[in-house]
Amino acid sequence: MASFFNKGFGRKRDSDTSGRIPPGQYETHDFPVLTAGPTPRIPLTNWTFSLEGLVDTPVQWTWEEFNALPHQSFTNDIHCVTKWTKLDTHWEGVSIETLLEHANVKPEATHVMAYSYGDYTTNIPLEDLRHGKAFVGLRFEGQPLTPEHGGPARLVVPHLYFWKSAKWIKGLRFMDADKAGFWERGGYSMYGDPWKEQRYRSDD
Amino acid sequence: MNKIQWLMAEVTAIVQETPRVKTLTLRLPEWIPHLPGQHYDLRLTAEDGYQAERSYSIASPPEKTGEIDLTIEFIADGEVSSYLFDGIGIGDPLEVRGPIGGYFVWKDTMANDPLLLVAGGSGIVPLMAMLRHRANIKATNPTVLLFSVRTDEDVIYWNELKTLACQDSQFSLLITFTRRPPSDWTGYQGRIDGPMLSEVLSRFSSPPLSYVCGPTPLVEQVANTLADVGLPPTSIRTERFGPTGT
Repeated sequence: MASFFNKGFGRKRDSDTSGRIPPGQYETHDFPVLTAGPTPRIPLTNWTFSLEGLVDTPVQWTWEEFNALPHQSFTNDIHCVTKWTKLDTHWEGVSIETLLEHANVKPEATHVMAYSYGDYTTNIPLEDLRHGKAFVGLRFEGQPLTPEHGGPARLVVPHLYFWKSAKWIKGLRFMDADKAGFWERGGYSMYGDPWKEQRYRSDD
Repeated sequence: MNKIQWLMAEVTAIVQETPRVKTLTLRLPEWIPHLPGQHYDLRLTAEDGYQAERSYSIASPPEKTGEIDLTIEFIADGEVSSYLFDGIGIGDPLEVRGPIGGYFVWKDTMANDPLLLVAGGSGIVPLMAMLRHRANIKATNPTVLLFSVRTDEDVIYWNELKTLACQDSQFSLLITFTRRPPSDWTGYQGRIDGPMLSEVLSRFSSPPLSYVCGPTPLVEQVANTLADVGLPPTSIRTERFGPTGT
């Protein structure tokens, strides 16, 4: 029993999935869109994806080359800091672990800055991208990823709040220290664990 | 950095803005000046401990001290909005924390730049805080609000907006009705499109800073059109509003 409660307020939704909804979140069946500005349009002929920074050999793929990499299917729950959670989303893409086979990451690399078309950035510990925990998503629910949801390709790091899953991804920069990205500079959490409700920097 | 604390606020006034929209005034035990465009998180707790959180934009300007106004749209099946709409009275306690947000904000340093505000429905709320603050600091930058609503019943803050437009020759109020305009209406009708935006932009002698807030399709359409006609993408700030399903 809560020490404070709002008289007459109660759960309206079924709770079968409540164990999968992090604190302060609610389930949505839509796929809401959230960005800070206009949606960039990226012609596939100009699209590239790079691994750079603290790697032995920087790599850059074209759209054709990237799509020729081994693909995997992923099913994940995603959690947006604006409070919605979407369960059982289906993606196809390339695991970050697969990408890392092509560029030997230096031992001093501890963090990654994901950067996007449109100049969005977000910072993530390297460990959180490894071991199949994160991927570059190319297809969503069986269809090519649409521009408003980050297409042609977006980073997907499902175990962190979804702003870490950078839309319109252009590359990963490996760093030897943590550095704030776009929303993180604006006061959002450096890590963003939904289960610890790390929404804002002061929640870290 | 200090944690943004949950505070126990008290509802001191409730205004019915439209049939589906109410403004709640909350008195805060510790009031912090906010920037127009920022929001508060609001948390409801049920007797069994179940909690639900939502974010609501602040409608009031920072000149209104000690209290904040949150304008809330009723969403059928909306667990939180329906309680705030029907279950809350004056004197009731509500837990909130804020102010939050550092990007979709209008700062005094921007007060000399031309300003384009585009709202769809309840997307007007953070833009209203900007307009109220702008009037309070007596800014004279050319400013246009393009406000898309369904019918004449849905124009939130209509009287106040009309008064602002009458008092300030640098502020233009443009409303477009997508479903049912008033019978004597001579202004815009229909959804915001490229020609309408071009006409609105032609009122500016230099490119404006743009803030776009509303449902996703409107925000996508407006922000992308503004970028297509050549406004720098970094001068266009967006925020999406409205129901996200059940």
